[in-house]
Amino acid sequence: MASRSRPLRDLLPWLTCLAMLAAIYLVFVAAPSEREQGVVQRIFYFHVGAAWMAFAGFALVAIASLWFLARGDRRADRLALANAEVGMLFTTIVLVTGPIWARPVWGVWWTWDPRLTMTVVLWTIYAAYLMLRRLGGGDEALGRYAAVLGIVGALDVPLIIVSIRLWRGIHPAVMLAKEPDAGLKDPTMKIALLVSGLALALLFTWLVSLRMRLQKVDDELARLNLEATPRMR
Amino acid sequence: MNGLDFLAAAYSAIWLIIFAYLLSLWRRSARLERELDELRRGEQPSTRAG
Repeated sequence: MASRSRPLRDLLPWLTCLAMLAAIYLVFVAAPSEREQGVVQRIFYFHVGAAWMAFAGFALVAIASLWFLARGDRRADRLALANAEVGMLFTTIVLVTGPIWARPVWGVWWTWDPRLTMTVVLWTIYAAYLMLRRLGGGDEALGRYAAVLGIVGALDVPLIIVSIRLWRGIHPAVMLAKEPDAGLKDPTMKIALLVSGLALALLFTWLVSLRMRLQKVDDELARLNLEATPRMR
Repeated sequence: MNGLDFLAAAYSAIWLIIFAYLLSLWRRSARLERELDELRRGEQPSTRAG
């Protein structure tokens, strides 16, 4: 199993670099600027790609946490923790690039639009999840509470996605736009978005695999420490 | 600030966040390696946080 997965694991950083270079070329050189927003619209490609990956990561937290609660599988617990941490990283990217894009387009850095507000709620829920995991250490009960929080937090993701239709906020729905002048009209823009999404998906997978490996060593070390402690006394 | 400044700020922030996370992973990995070495030498590791 380990020998079969190793070539893919070694290849992942290189594939990520290649996809990133292609994405950067498409975003900054090949794709045209949007007519109304100008050059600043190019923030969109990584902003949206990061949001997609954060949402996918939190969905995986919920699935892995359910598996951990049902079967007590430590690998599922490690998968949940790694996805939560990298998902938080990508949500931070969304929350930082959003205001930088909003300032020249909306004239304000931030507004309490439903989608923006619920994204902050999502970030806060998983910050609490990670704090619980960190404070709990190897405590079994706290690990289970954290798993429940990981599942509840993921319920915010579909709400964020449908918030544009449910409540009329000012956040643009570029992908769902039906107006003739709105959305991604040029095919290169769509390719740039897809390649950016792919590059961020590869980066996400690589970071999750690194974080899982780190957690595995940490768990092993905790076990060895427990075994070593009576011998030292 | 013009559009190009905002674009540069956004992509600089993205790479800064990613590299800061990679650095934190590398530091945590180095700490675990050190603790493993201490354990192999039969010493009690100094810290067990995170």
